[in-house]
Order: sequence, then C-alpha cells, then structure tokens
Amino acid sequence: MMKSPVSAVATALLIGWVGTAGAIDPSAAFADPALQARYEHLTNELRCLVCQNQTIADSNASLAGDLRREVREMIARGDTEAQIKDFLTARYGDFVLYDPPLSARTLFLWAAPGLFVLLTVGVVVRTVIRRARQPIDADDSEESA
Amino acid sequence: MIPEIGTLALLIALVLAVLQSVFGLVGAHRNDAVWMRATSSSTVAVFLFVLLAFLVLAYGFVVHDYSIEYVAHNSNNELPLIYRIAAVWGAHEGSLLLWVLILSTWALLVSRLSKGLPDVFRARVLGTLGLVGVGFLAFTTLTSSPFTRLLPAPLDGADLNPILQDPALAAHPPMLYMGYVGTSVAFAFAVAAMLSGRMDASWSRWTRPWTVAAWMCLTLGISLGSWWAYYVLGWGGWWFWDPVENASFMPWLASTALIHSLAVTEKRGLFRNWTLLLAIFAFSLSLLGTFLVRSGVLVSVHSFAADPSRGLFVLGLLLFFIVGSLTLYAIRAPSLQSEGGFAPVSRESFLLLNNALLVAAAGLILLGTLWPLVMDSFNLGKISVGPPYFNTVFLVPTLPLVALVGVGMHSTWKRASYASKGRPLALMAIIGLVLGALVAFVCYGRYGLPLTIIGFGGGFFLMASALWQPLARLVRRQAQPRAALGMAVAHFGIGLFVIGVSGVASYKIEKDVSMGPGDTATIAGYTFRFESSKDVVGPNYLAREAQVAITRDGAPVAALTTQKRQFKIQNNPTTHAGIDVAWNRDLFVALGDELGAGKWSLRLQYKPLVRYIWLGGVFCALGGLIAILDRRYRGGIVEPVHPTDTETAAATGEG
Amino acid sequence: MWRYFTPAIAFLLLGALFAVALVRIENGTMDPRAIKSPLLGKAAPTFVLPTVTEPSRPFDSAVLKGHPYVINVWGTWCPACREEHSALLVIARRAGIPFIGIDWKDDRQQAQQYLGQLGNPYTETVADDEGRVAIDWGVYGAPETFLVGADGQVLVKFAGALTEAIWAEKFAPFVQGGG
Repeated sequence: MMKSPVSAVATALLIGWVGTAGAIDPSAAFADPALQARYEHLTNELRCLVCQNQTIADSNASLAGDLRREVREMIARGDTEAQIKDFLTARYGDFVLYDPPLSARTLFLWAAPGLFVLLTVGVVVRTVIRRARQPIDADDSEESA
Repeated sequence: MIPEIGTLALLIALVLAVLQSVFGLVGAHRNDAVWMRATSSSTVAVFLFVLLAFLVLAYGFVVHDYSIEYVAHNSNNELPLIYRIAAVWGAHEGSLLLWVLILSTWALLVSRLSKGLPDVFRARVLGTLGLVGVGFLAFTTLTSSPFTRLLPAPLDGADLNPILQDPALAAHPPMLYMGYVGTSVAFAFAVAAMLSGRMDASWSRWTRPWTVAAWMCLTLGISLGSWWAYYVLGWGGWWFWDPVENASFMPWLASTALIHSLAVTEKRGLFRNWTLLLAIFAFSLSLLGTFLVRSGVLVSVHSFAADPSRGLFVLGLLLFFIVGSLTLYAIRAPSLQSEGGFAPVSRESFLLLNNALLVAAAGLILLGTLWPLVMDSFNLGKISVGPPYFNTVFLVPTLPLVALVGVGMHSTWKRASYASKGRPLALMAIIGLVLGALVAFVCYGRYGLPLTIIGFGGGFFLMASALWQPLARLVRRQAQPRAALGMAVAHFGIGLFVIGVSGVASYKIEKDVSMGPGDTATIAGYTFRFESSKDVVGPNYLAREAQVAITRDGAPVAALTTQKRQFKIQNNPTTHAGIDVAWNRDLFVALGDELGAGKWSLRLQYKPLVRYIWLGGVFCALGGLIAILDRRYRGGIVEPVHPTDTETAAATGEG
Repeated sequence: MWRYFTPAIAFLLLGALFAVALVRIENGTMDPRAIKSPLLGKAAPTFVLPTVTEPSRPFDSAVLKGHPYVINVWGTWCPACREEHSALLVIARRAGIPFIGIDWKDDRQQAQQYLGQLGNPYTETVADDEGRVAIDWGVYGAPETFLVGADGQVLVKFAGALTEAIWAEKFAPFVQGGG
C-alpha cells in the first residue's frame, strides 16, 4: 500500500486545505494597472502544487501565498513573464504551468486543434464530394428540423 | 438489520438485471414472445428493488444510522435533513447507487412509453440496458456497497463535505446523472439496430425523443454545476476545464452531434453509420467519465476516493461495452451504408460539418484531459493542461461553428438555395457585429479582448437568425411546428450563451481589498461599503458574517451579506458570497480573512452578463423539450409504425 | 472494410493506456499527484538562514560544500513529520553525514520544544519562516528529504514520511558506507 505519497498528500492538504474562500490578497494590488494585469494573468496560469486543482490565484494554501509573493516581487523587480516561469519550472517542473509549454513532448498537443479540425473537415469534404455525385431526387426540399 | 435489506435488494436487482438481459437479448434472437414479454417485467422488477435499496440508504441517513459506514462518513447529527438526503449521493458508493437507480428508471420509462415499438426491438433495447445494469450493479455490490457496516457504530458522523452542503447539491448530481446515464438509452437503441441489422426511418423516429430527453437533462445538469461552482466556490469562476467537468462536457458534445445526425437519418436515411458511432461515443464518453472520476488516474477536485482496484473494474466495464459495441459496429457498418445524394450546399452538408466540428472539439478536450496521464505513464515528465490551453484550443472549432449554425439553420434538404435568404442573413450578421461593437464601447467603454466584438456579434447573429423563422410564421399567422420551434429556441439559447461568455470574459473586474467598518471601495462605478460584521451560528457551523452595501452614483443598489463558515467537524472553511443579480450584471462579494485591527479581506467582483451563460443553457434545454413534444412523437411517445415502413416513407418528406 | 474497425482499435489502445496507468498506480511506480523534482542532478540551492536554537547566529549552507549531506524539511504542524521523527533519529545517527533540518513556516518556540521532547536528529536546524528557501528546493509539502552529494548535486528527493526501509532503498546506495 502506498503509504508515503498518501501521507505526503495528506500533509500537503493539511498545510493548506482546499479553502474555498479563494486567495483573497488585499496587499497584492499593484498601483500600476499594467503590472497588476500581468500579476493577475500569471497567477491565473500557475498551478497550486498543494491542492493541484486550482490556480495559485485562487488557492488558499500557504504555499500558494508564498508563490504569489514570489511572483509579485519578481514583477516589481521587472522580470519578464518568461523569466518568472523559468524560475518556477526550475524548481517545480512543467507541472506548475497550466499552459503547457511548447516543446517536443507537447508538440502534438498544440498541433492538435489544427490537425483535428483539418481531419474532420477533410472527412466532411470527402463525404460531400461523394454524395454530390450520387443522384439527388429533384423533389421539393422543405425545411424541417 | 435494515441495511442488510439494502444489500439483499441490490443482489436481487443484480439477478433480475441478468434476467432482463438474457430475456431481452436471447429472447429477441430466438423471437420468443414469452421471453420478450418477461423482459419488460424484469425491467420493472429491477427498478423496484434498486429503488428499495436507495430508500434504505436514504432512511439510514434520515435516522442517523451510523452503523452504516457510508452514513458515518458522510453525515452528522447536526446536518440538516435536506443535506442528509442529498448526502446519499455525496460520495462514491451512494452516487453509484443513484447511477443505477437512474439507469433502471430510464429502462422503466422505455418499457412503459414505447408501445409502438416492435417487440423484438424493444426486447433488444431493454436487454442492452439490462446488460449495462448488470455491469454497474455488479460493480456496486462487489466493490462499492454503500451498506457496509461500521461496528461499533460511532456516536456521530464525520459530516458531509461542507462544499456539498448547498441546495444545488440536491439538484446537480441527479440532473446530471439523468443526462449522463440517459446516453445509455440511445446506445441501447443503436445496439438494437446493429443486432437486428436494420436501421430504417422508424428507428430514427423512435430514438430521437429519448436522445433529446437525455440531452436536455445533461444540458441542465452541466448548467447547474457551472452555476453552483460560481456561487459556492467564492471565486466567481464558472468553468475550470477540470477533468470531471470535461468528462460531462464531452458526452454533451457527442449527444448534440448525435441529435443532429439523427435528424439526417430520420429525414433521409443517410449518415446511419455516423449516427451509430455517435450514439456509441456519447455513451462511451459517459462511461469514460465515470472511470476517470473514480479510478484515481486523474487529479481532480471532483474525484471520489480513488481506488485503483475499483478503477480496474470500471475499466473492464468500459472495455466490454465500448469495444464490444464498436466491434458490432465494424461488422454491421458495411451493410448499413446508404445511398443518397445531396448538393455541396445543403442541410445535410451543414449538419455534417456541424458534427465534424463538435466531434473535433470533443476530441481536443479528450486529448487535453488525458495528455498529462499519457506523459506520466510513459515517464515523459509531469505537465499540467489547464484553462489557458482549453480556452484557446476550444475556440478553434467552435468559433466557426457559431457562424455556421446561424447560416445552416436555414438550409434546406438535398439542395439549399440562399437566393432569398442570403441577404437577410448577411444583414443580420452585419447588424450583429455593429451591435456588438456598440455594446462593447457604449456599455463597457472599451474594446475588451481581441475576440470580444466577434463574440458579441456572433451571439447576436445567432439569436436573430434563430428567431427569424418563428417570428415570420407568427407574423403570417402560420402554425409553428414544434420541432422547428424547439430548434429555434435551442439555437437562441446558444446565442445567449455566447453573449454571456463574451461579456464576462471581456469585462469582468476583480478586486481584493482590505476593509473595516465604514471603508469603501469602487469597481465599475459601483461603490462597496463595508457596513458591519458579526458572528453567526448555523446548524452545524460557526460563521463570520459581513454586511456590505452597494451604491451607484449615490443611489442604493443592494445590501449584500457574505459569510465565512467554519464547519464544526470537517474544519474546511467555506465562503458564501453575497451576490446581487440584475439583468445585465452580477455583483459579487466574498469574505476572506480577518486581517486584524477590525479589517477584513474581501473580494469584490463585477460580472457583466454572466447570467446569460446559464440562461442560455436553460433555453437550450427548453428547446429540446419543445422539440420532443412535436406531433410525430405523440401517442405514448412513439407513433405506432407499420413494420414494413421503409426509407421511401422518409424520402417522400414525411415528418 | 477494415477501416470500420478503427474506432474499436483506437479504444483498445486507450484502454491499454488506462490499464498501464492503473497497474503502475497500484504497484506504486506512478503517482499522479507526486511531482518529480527538477533539481535532481542539478546543483543544490544555497541558503543562509537563522538557526532555530540561536536566531542571531545564521547558518550558511556554504559550509556544507565538499561533503554529502541531507536536507529534511519539516514542521511541528505536520503529523507525518512526527511520524517519521523516530526513524530520522536512527537514520541520522547511523548515516554519518550532516542532517540539516529546515523548519518550514513554523513557530520557533514550538520547534525548540518539539526537538527537546522528541529528540534532535539534526546536525543543525534552520528556520525558513517566509518559505523562500523551501520554494528554492521545490518543496510542496512536508516532510521532504533531499540527499546532496559531495559535488553539491542533488541526488535523491523523497516526499513523505521517511522510514528506515525507504532510506535503505533510495538513499543509502548513494551514501558511501552509510545507512
């Protein structure tokens, strides 16, 4: 029985329960709306590693608060979004990013929208061409649901 | 003693479900009238025993029987009665029992409301439903019985998860399950068709109302869930692309495609294989969702207690039903190919394209949901795929779809001409965009996001396009065929939904503030004033309550109450936001932590047009209801049909 | 004709994926919630933190350079840490290398009491009140234990309550003459 990861999770949950108050951080707001927008954008893209089902913007976990503080300080320092993400992935891996970075491993993931649409539309085109060749009875076509 | 009645009832139900399947499937195969009649009786019997088991469990909650382990883990002496009953489906075992109850209810309805179906066909449908029931009853009795005893019984229970102690809990799972489980009915109809090797127009006419009914329930269930998340979780979000949310949305997309495919099959006997596949996919995605939630392979806030051994059982069920039906499909499909042409611009083409994009969307969601698992399983690392990915990717197939729906609604069968309709539609599109731009700049004072005006424009266009024909008929005092009206209402609902999403995503404002009594903060022209705070005692919780008054330009708008509840047993704090609802926006106040010196942290939110998201869902479901009530489905849901009814009837434009 | 079997085959493949995942979760080689540390094989983060016993005397991790050592992240608020404490005492005594405890977001006095009552396995205990050092180490829950080699590279990370068996299996092979 997997005891250790379970207790790790249990402990992790203990230090920051899945609070549903959201992470209300009144000290967080930047005076500069552009910086504030960057802060909100970033914290809504980073995953809380404790509860794992919320962004650090929404999570009440203690670690989420610490990470928000780090992000805030880095933005104030003038770091770019890429630098901040690098900082976090160097410590927590790609898991912390809700927006999967484009890499060899996620290539298919990001190519998928184009691929899937092309595939399905391709099937449609092929079908329509085939059906257009078949006899269409020229009786009245009324609309119906 | 009484819980054992529950266990016994489930076992009897399992045996009866086996009989239902055997009588149905074997009886149909042998054309044995006695066996086929017995199928209907077994269906009723299964329902009764499952209902008994369900009532036994509910009774256990009502009387605080903590000798039942499930009750002990999910209830509490101070838990109010309504939540005690809702707690029946609050965790894994009980929710499975609900699943099985709803399945047997659907089967009962099919057996009672399908007098017009040929006996062989009905037997096959009920037999298939029985087989599904066997699978889930076996799963319940063998691995997840809600009636296991806890002895010695504790004096008090562990309490229901506080997040679930909300009226919406009473409604969301049952409604969602009705839709989720309802996909099994269309599946059963598809299997019956494949087993018999015949799929004619009457099959479509029988299948369609059941499919739409299940789809309605799924639409409402998902809308309820989104609405519930919005007001209970306190952060004002309405969709997070959480794996379990995705698990309910994918069957919805497949069911929507199925309804549209059925329209073609019913009208012209075409796309039969697509229809079969979609019916199988909708049910498969529903089973897949069940698997994902209960196996522990995915991390989700919704997941029930994860247990890999249970996961293997569900996986077995999954593979049996899905691979089994898909193999049956592979065998039958070649013989079910239909002949029949249509022009490149025709209703058939539009519906085909519609379905293609819906399926693409479902596929993308499936990929995104499973990708972390794929990578983890092959030791390629851990990644997360969340809202940033899904929000972007989902728009790729669906944005064109919004435009297509507005146009395609007015296409005609076989060959569509837009000679007379082209210009009005183009005008509607342009007016929609202009209106969208007006709303953006006049109502909200700024451009918004890159897609905002397109979103508004698309929504307005859809709404206008949907209302066009019904209004025209109204003006000309013509009759409104319910099917067409239903379609219009449902598509109108989609338009509302698009407007709601565009508004909220583009113009919502969120502000975290620290306030003490008398302090104010302003967002979007609304001034929030912290009036007072006090302690409140609830039935099983203690709460801190804050009163916030909202004014606009000095005139009072609302007085909101928000609470932060601390439940006595489970200790998770939950926030109950105060929400002021108006026709064009929500104002949202959520209480946070005490900061000292009398100050509290609060989250203030301005959510424009957010209600249209769920109102859109309601209209969709309403449209479905209107459509089912169409004349051709009357007379005990299914019209009696001559067994010799063939495609000629369909081709001559009947229905 | 065979193209009709495509959906069935696709689903079988998906089922195989799930089966693999389930089996691996069951036998413990996979945990969807666990996060693999990107620090493995990289240089260990350095830090300067006040010690728990004498807050005015800071501890600089630079003094650990050139020797292997263990970092253990814990807190008095963490039940699993309490669970592993007795094992830690044994392991630390036998391992023969420095055991540095990082007291994560904790109350100084409570920490001193805890170590006084239950025993102190640590060569040195530092207090990370703000959690910055924990973030540098990629900590997401307590307890977590790291083994750093003599060359300063992070060799092993374990999240969860340590036991002698786990030490023997995961850490000891890297510690020369230890365990």
